[in-house]
Amino acid sequence: MNEIWAGIQEAFWLIIILDSDLIEITVRSLKVSFTALVVASALALPFGTWLAIRRFRYRRVTIAALNALMGLPPVVVGLIVYLLLSRSGPFGVLGLLFTPTAMIVAQVIIITPLIASITHQAMRELWSEYHDLLISLNTSKRQRVAALIWDGRRTLMTAALAGFGRAIGEVGAIMIVGGNIDHATRVLTTAIALETGKGDFALALGLGFVLIALTLVVNLAIHALSRTEREGTW
Amino acid sequence: MVNYPISFSLDSVSVKRRGKSVLGPLSLDFKVDGFTIVLGPNGAGKTTFLKVLHGVERVSYGTVKWSIPDAKARQSQAYVFQSPIMLRRSVRQNLAYPLQLVGMDRAEITTRVVEWAQKIGLQDVLDFPAPRLSGGEQQKLALGRALIRTPQVLFLDEPCANLDGRSTREIEELLKNATQAGTHIIMTTHDLGQARRLAGRVLFFLNGALHEQGNASEFFIAPSTSEARAFLNGDIIE
Repeated sequence: MNEIWAGIQEAFWLIIILDSDLIEITVRSLKVSFTALVVASALALPFGTWLAIRRFRYRRVTIAALNALMGLPPVVVGLIVYLLLSRSGPFGVLGLLFTPTAMIVAQVIIITPLIASITHQAMRELWSEYHDLLISLNTSKRQRVAALIWDGRRTLMTAALAGFGRAIGEVGAIMIVGGNIDHATRVLTTAIALETGKGDFALALGLGFVLIALTLVVNLAIHALSRTEREGTW
Repeated sequence: MVNYPISFSLDSVSVKRRGKSVLGPLSLDFKVDGFTIVLGPNGAGKTTFLKVLHGVERVSYGTVKWSIPDAKARQSQAYVFQSPIMLRRSVRQNLAYPLQLVGMDRAEITTRVVEWAQKIGLQDVLDFPAPRLSGGEQQKLALGRALIRTPQVLFLDEPCANLDGRSTREIEELLKNATQAGTHIIMTTHDLGQARRLAGRVLFFLNGALHEQGNASEFFIAPSTSEARAFLNGDIIE
């Protein structure tokens, strides 16, 4: 109990003094996770929507595979990305291993199935509601996807936030591909793991509370910006 | 809009769902002109007939041909469903959507939306979320959204079901104005009074087949089949 209290004090102290290391790793955490979120959303939102409206032979298998990929073990993803980006791997020539870009790649792989799957579920319901109207209006497939994404944007925001939550809290994969290098690839989660390993539980907890607060602030900010509650019954 | 008749031809069209026939086989050459009412008891195939004509229901067998090319036919048609489908947008955006789809100029869209909002009596709720409108208002909005592109043919599937007398009268006025403006209407209804008020021609369906067709005045005064007579008398027919 004392350690939790000490952790809260440490978190407040780090924030009050605007600790430069804390700010650096916080900014890096946000940069990596937001970039991963943008890339994953650009892939997953149209794909999940397309999957909801398109009928093809292996659709059920694709959906089952997508749902299964939501549970991808991050450590395994990290290991695969590590092998792909290492000097002897197919993409070794790019020199991306132990860089924030490698961490983004790993996070994109982890959160894309999650966002796509939630998108598919939400869009399937909206598509059943809109189906007859959009067919009747003689819309093209692209126009249908656009209409569903626009009108389902609040649900999709939830999907994206779920992806962001998973990305910013992820540690296994980015530890492997980022290497937790000080002033280069260290982020909040890897710093927490490091401090825990060193036995500095107060600092680790302090960083943990900062991470939780950060996630809450980002969620509240996005909900406020998208006016989720004001127009929530549409 | 030029008011000229348009025709369609059904050749041995049938629709089956889960192995059960819901329409046809049906062969029909029909000139759509003015107001056509499709009558029949529940399950007669009225809605399926409309959807087949509009192309939102796939036929199991046979062909549907319009007197104009398919792509143009679809562009020049609109459909209002029995339960109005509202886009999760404002009234203004719902009215604007069909015009945006055809790439109309933004200023022209704004003008037309305001004009049609006034016609359907929703000018005071333009920025209100459409899904929160009352049933009657939603049906009027669905009708306005269908008519805003001035279609040649408008399909209506029981547009006044579950509406009160006032809303029904307002919708009938809109439909009469639309036909005067050159839109041909094919509409299903269970309301025989409404059918008498609006119909120019009648198609009477029973058990997935077209049982009788003709001018409304003749059909309502002297139907040629006993089933149609029984239907008009309010008897239960199957």
